[in-house]
Amino acid sequence: MAGQKTKIFDYTAYSLPTEGSAGFTGSWRSKRPVIVDAKCTKCNLCWLYCPEGTIIRVKGKIPIIDLTYCKGCGVCANECPSKAINMEDESKWLSK
Amino acid sequence: MVTINELTDDEFLLKGNSSCAGCGATMAIRWVLKILGKNTVLVMPAGCVSVFQGMFPASAFGVPVIDSSFGAQSSISAGLAAAYKVKGKKINIVTLAGDGGTGDIGLHAVSAAAERGDDVLYICYDNEAYMNTGVQRSSLTPYGAKTGTNPEGKMEWKKNLPLIMAAHNITYVATASVGFPFDLMRKVKKAASLSGFRYIHILTPCPPGWGTAENLAAELGRLAVRCGIFPLFEVEKGKLTLHKVSSRLPVSKYFEVQRRFEGLTEEQLKYIQSRVDEELAYLEQLEKITSKVSKAE
Ligand code: SF4
Ligand code: SF4
Repeated sequence: MAGQKTKIFDYTAYSLPTEGSAGFTGSWRSKRPVIVDAKCTKCNLCWLYCPEGTIIRVKGKIPIIDLTYCKGCGVCANECPSKAINMEDESKWLSK
Repeated sequence: MVTINELTDDEFLLKGNSSCAGCGATMAIRWVLKILGKNTVLVMPAGCVSVFQGMFPASAFGVPVIDSSFGAQSSISAGLAAAYKVKGKKINIVTLAGDGGTGDIGLHAVSAAAERGDDVLYICYDNEAYMNTGVQRSSLTPYGAKTGTNPEGKMEWKKNLPLIMAAHNITYVATASVGFPFDLMRKVKKAASLSGFRYIHILTPCPPGWGTAENLAAELGRLAVRCGIFPLFEVEKGKLTLHKVSSRLPVSKYFEVQRRFEGLTEEQLKYIQSRVDEELAYLEQLEKITSKVSKAE
């Protein structure tokens, strides 16, 4: 096949970057992180420490937690220097 | 120095992957990839990370990944490094393996790559056992920790892999912990700016394997350093720099919160404390001695 360009990917199975490769991991959660707005200093340390990267930081605003994928580990609540994140029982939210 | 504001909002380890809640390795790799950016290729053997990488056709990584057989990761990255060199492309080739893949099964190829000076950044995430297969002992499991294959607690001391790598006289060796993200990211940034074989050993607590609460990964990373169990140091051009801990905590503070260390006797605790003290004293001596070394390039 001299001189012929081969597109290697046409013949190779390869995976593509996908959010939710393990499904909606938010369903694993038994505790839900809830940010108390009044206490949050917008330092974004929760965004930094969240292992999942499910916290979205917004310049000058309080971060947003993506509950579709948040696994409820509580790392964010543990690392928040202002103790602005409460881990609340998921069941309480479900009945709301 | 790395500051929180200069970090990218781009994610290269995508959410909704199958890593356990509160996983320390996920935390570390997310930061590592934020520093390295999309100009990166990962080579990974079997391990937790190759599990939460996901199943075909989905990948949890935003950068290309090559899965290698267990132990062959360094051989594959050697070939990649050579190929990119021929192509004239500057890409971060990163070998990402666990403590078992690096210290047990892959050690021969890792050592060979270090000796050749392959242009590769090797990241070892150390969760101190074979975790994704259900917690079996590795040579990096610490003394006294219980695993599936050591129900009574391991009787041997943890292999000092970072110093073994430093003995290869490679460009850069560093230890890092998820308890100190900015220190970790500074080291990754520095390693990425160098060429040759670079090795970073990251302590990544594993809540299910260590028997801890899910929210403790970063805290355990801090405790391990503050108790002197996992000293942070860098070895550059043969010079060792030790990160000093001002008021060291007793090792029991670190053990208290982990079920794998349940039932350690007073004598065992004393033994661990004295060995930890000795190892720190040894590193301090090394720092002194190597400060005078000026290695010929
Ligand atoms: S860590 Fe706490 S104070 Fe900082 S942004 Fe997050 S919730 Fe707000
Ligand atoms: S609970 Fe865990 S996964 Fe959810 S936002 Fe907090 S750190 Fe992230």
